[in-house]
Amino acid sequence: MASVLLAENQEPGFSFENCRRNAFLAKKGNALPKATKTGTTIVGIIFKDGVILGADTRATEDTIVSDKNCSKIHYLAKNMYCCGAGTAADTEVTTQMICSQLELHRLSTNRDIVPVVTACKFLKQMLFRYQGHIGAALVLGGVDNTGPHLYSIHPHGSSDKLPYTTMGSGSLAAMAVFEAGWKPELTEEEGKLLVRNAIAAGIFNDLGSGSNIDVCVIRRGSVDYIRPYETANLKGEKQMSYNFKKGTTAVLDVKTVPIIIEDVVVHHTGESAVESMDTSS
Amino acid sequence: MKGDNCVAIASDLRFGVQAQTLALDFEKVFPMGPHLYLGLPGLATDTLTVRDRLKFRLNLYELRESRKIHPKTFSALVSNMLYERRFGPYFVEPVIAGLDPVTFEPYVCNMDLIGCINEPEDFVVAGSCTEQLYGMCEALWEPNLKPDDLFETCSQAIVNAFDRDAVSGWGAIVHIIEKDKITSRKIKTRMD
Repeated sequence: MASVLLAENQEPGFSFENCRRNAFLAKKGNALPKATKTGTTIVGIIFKDGVILGADTRATEDTIVSDKNCSKIHYLAKNMYCCGAGTAADTEVTTQMICSQLELHRLSTNRDIVPVVTACKFLKQMLFRYQGHIGAALVLGGVDNTGPHLYSIHPHGSSDKLPYTTMGSGSLAAMAVFEAGWKPELTEEEGKLLVRNAIAAGIFNDLGSGSNIDVCVIRRGSVDYIRPYETANLKGEKQMSYNFKKGTTAVLDVKTVPIIIEDVVVHHTGESAVESMDTSS
Repeated sequence: MKGDNCVAIASDLRFGVQAQTLALDFEKVFPMGPHLYLGLPGLATDTLTVRDRLKFRLNLYELRESRKIHPKTFSALVSNMLYERRFGPYFVEPVIAGLDPVTFEPYVCNMDLIGCINEPEDFVVAGSCTEQLYGMCEALWEPNLKPDDLFETCSQAIVNAFDRDAVSGWGAIVHIIEKDKITSRKIKTRMD
């Protein structure tokens, strides 16, 4: 009976059961559909009191914009955030996995704040294990007990520790802004403006980046996740309503299924309803 | 498509192998809960397999939790299942539309074949004529449409989009999901 219930694959790691079939299909002419990539401009800088991360918000599928407002700054820990460029699903899942690994590490080492270099190590080790097939290029920034740190991590598992860095297709446009404008000991306002300018350079000059600017300011003890920091591109106003008259569409068949709510059960959660644990035995 | 306390989800009915049409009644939208629908365009064998495997995982979830799944959680379930096969993916691009079982707030999302979730505020599209669908939906959709208007908008969008795609069409079905009922209408389309 147990084997019937566990017929679904619950082993850890990836499942490669479709690979042979997919290779066969590709040979037959059924090409793989495109995965969503984040064309992207992502940046990070170190300023006087911490780290500022910035990102655009466009996700593309080939040349089509699939998400006009996606979130590219991912949460890793309360003192660390990570921007992701490359294959969107990879950056999302990689940062989620390392987030849970960091929490377990934090609990097992009994710390309050995990060093940023630990997250960098976890990310590098995972990406190197998959030899670059996981297409995640990351900008990791955070503040720990030794100060602010900024790393850029490439899909094959190499990392660079830098005072300012950019990744993604718009990285050259953004880096140009940084090279001209970055200096040590920037104030928070100067830093936010510099990051905003760098992302705007990416949005307006790179085809793979667009929409809004998200900014995340990490200081020792507090984080400002500003989404959106600036809506650089607003959608045009529709001039007319293109509504159709009722009955325009020719209907062949109508089936209406009523949903009858038989019973409403309300479970109260919260402090007022906490039951004390029975520790008698 | 999102509307005013309702969502619409529609699909065409063609089943074919590249140029040859084999069936005109292959629905690609499946009910997964009283207010939750899942669309699976793509390779037909993967449509059916993913639907069955998801139903299995969903049933286990509902047995363990003793409650109906919320659409956001369901999309995380689908995303995880697709990402498990990151290096040998299923050839489907799911579309999820539903109402939250508690607050009845509308929810739509779509994913790429490896599970990257996209949750916009307006509409989602997937399939072989996504470009045409994006164009039609951007032009026709407006916020807070009532269920009847949402039906007209959704059906006109899908019909006119797949009329410009040689491998889609041959009939369409539109489901309008509201708090107290689900209306499924088969629409009359060109059969070429």
